[in-house]
Amino acid sequence: MTVALAEQTGAWLAEFTSQPAAEPWIRELRDAAFQRFSELGFPTTRNEEWRFTNVAPIARATFGAVKPERLLRVPAGVARLTAADGEARVHLARYASMDANAFVALNTAFLNDATVLQVPKGAVIKEPIEIDFQIAHPGAAHPRILILVGANAQCTIVESYSGTGRYFTNAVTEMVAGEGAVIDHYKVQRESLDAFHVATMQAQLGRSANFVSHNISLGGALVRNDVNVTLSEGVEATINGLYIANGTQHVDNHTVIDHAKPHGTSHELYKGILDGHAHAVFSGRIIVRQDAQKTDSKQTNKNLVLSDDAVIDTKPELQIHADDVRCTHGATIGQLDAESMFYLRSRGIGKNEARSLLIYAFAQDVVDRVKVPELRESLEGFLF
Amino acid sequence: MALLEIKDLHARVGDREILRGIDLTVNAGEVHAIMGPNGSGKSTLAQVLAGRELYVVTGGQVLYQGRDLLELSPEDRARAGIFLAFQYPVEIPGVSNMYFLKAALNTVRKSQGLEELDAMDFLNLVREKMKLMEMDQTLLNRPVNTGFSGGEKKRNEIFQMAVLEPRLAILDETDSGLDIDALRTVAGGVNALRAPERSMIVVTHYQRLLNYIVPDFVHVLSQGRIVKSGGKELAVALEESGYAGLGIEDEEEALAR
Repeated sequence: MTVALAEQTGAWLAEFTSQPAAEPWIRELRDAAFQRFSELGFPTTRNEEWRFTNVAPIARATFGAVKPERLLRVPAGVARLTAADGEARVHLARYASMDANAFVALNTAFLNDATVLQVPKGAVIKEPIEIDFQIAHPGAAHPRILILVGANAQCTIVESYSGTGRYFTNAVTEMVAGEGAVIDHYKVQRESLDAFHVATMQAQLGRSANFVSHNISLGGALVRNDVNVTLSEGVEATINGLYIANGTQHVDNHTVIDHAKPHGTSHELYKGILDGHAHAVFSGRIIVRQDAQKTDSKQTNKNLVLSDDAVIDTKPELQIHADDVRCTHGATIGQLDAESMFYLRSRGIGKNEARSLLIYAFAQDVVDRVKVPELRESLEGFLF
Repeated sequence: MALLEIKDLHARVGDREILRGIDLTVNAGEVHAIMGPNGSGKSTLAQVLAGRELYVVTGGQVLYQGRDLLELSPEDRARAGIFLAFQYPVEIPGVSNMYFLKAALNTVRKSQGLEELDAMDFLNLVREKMKLMEMDQTLLNRPVNTGFSGGEKKRNEIFQMAVLEPRLAILDETDSGLDIDALRTVAGGVNALRAPERSMIVVTHYQRLLNYIVPDFVHVLSQGRIVKSGGKELAVALEESGYAGLGIEDEEEALAR
């Protein structure tokens, strides 16, 4: 066991020590993170959080470093900070916990050239902020994003990941919303079908903030998304997800919605479309802290299974410590409706088109919530 | 040549044989009513003709325009001019009525060598047909049959039929669940579509519908066979004496004993 762990981390050590120089506080952060990663090692399926997702293919592989092409579109009014800025130092690596998550620790150990953006208090940014990572070579990349949204500011953020060949993206995004901030966040994962993609998004939402997360997962051979949201008083959070997997793709979505304070509302809707031998995992944890009275939380996970060999493991987990709350959850797994197929075909619509139409219809409500027109169009294109 | 020739048709669902030797010939322009008690096989016949895979044809033959109909997929039957108005129209959330109908019409037109309609021409056509069915235009933008009342669903079926202009329309209990006003509207829509080149098979339990859609022929189905055929007066006689007058009982009742 110890030997195996040393082997795992040893392969990363050379890359770790040959990193470019950085500010002293970053170096300290990296050291602590690597230390933590070395202690944790990659999770195994004996870890409840990773029960259905075997990351051995990542643990066993040796990755050199690869620097993704980063295409940034920062609209006027949004500031780009560097690690030297005080604000960055206050917030960076404070939210995404590496206590239990080896991948967050690993990402932090390779913290370099983080993308740090700040939307000033009260600013209303109409154009989306776009952060696009593309990888064209083998290796491991650890994209890191921190977005600070000031009180009553409004913005749209589109994070996307894509590439070619076999590589490993290990991304961490932290988001801090000030009081009354309004954020529409999109994460679009379109990695190559040979790629590994592990990503953690941690959103810290200030009082009365309104946060919408759209987590769209289309590519990747082995994918794990952690979406963690912490709500202060009166926050309204909408957590949407769409995952589409075929072939031997494995896609795991873990969400944690933490109602820390009273009067929070969270609506979660994750939908999956599975074909071939794909395996999907959905785990939705909702925590309602003792203090979080009047919480209103609704979780829905719906899966459309198109083949006999696709597998879905779906698991709600409610941890409710307050007594005056409303929490509901539901999960469905279904196939294409034979009646609907016949109805469409009886009107002259061909079998394949009828199938596409029904698949599209299944995903419609999640797609409709995408407010960035180009993104919605490309999703519609992908679905049809 | 007859438009449709059904010869000794047998079909079953699961282990249960439902059609046990149907013979029926429908010529262009004719309206045939198929009547019969519950469980007699009326709806099965309608669905088999439209190509529902749930039913397995175990014997017999169906020729449509001289071609083997049973060889064709449901979509190819529709493209060849067959239309089934469903007894229970299916709700399809997420697909707009407009998109659905345009896709259907253009596929059918394309397969018939006609040009596809553009958005403008399609809308004009649809408006005209909606007027005929006294339908609210907002229904077009709603998902297919979703949240429609029973009457709206049935109207929507006949409206689709009006748009698709089939050669052979099969109406499966189109009268069920309709109040008298809705029945008149629906029947009015159907009658407006009667034409020398268009044939109809009207499946119904009750004679009531046939007061509005007057058939050329009436056939009574019992236990998967046509047991009596005649003109429209047969339906009237049935109304007076009931199926029992012909010595026919509901299949379920017969089974229950």
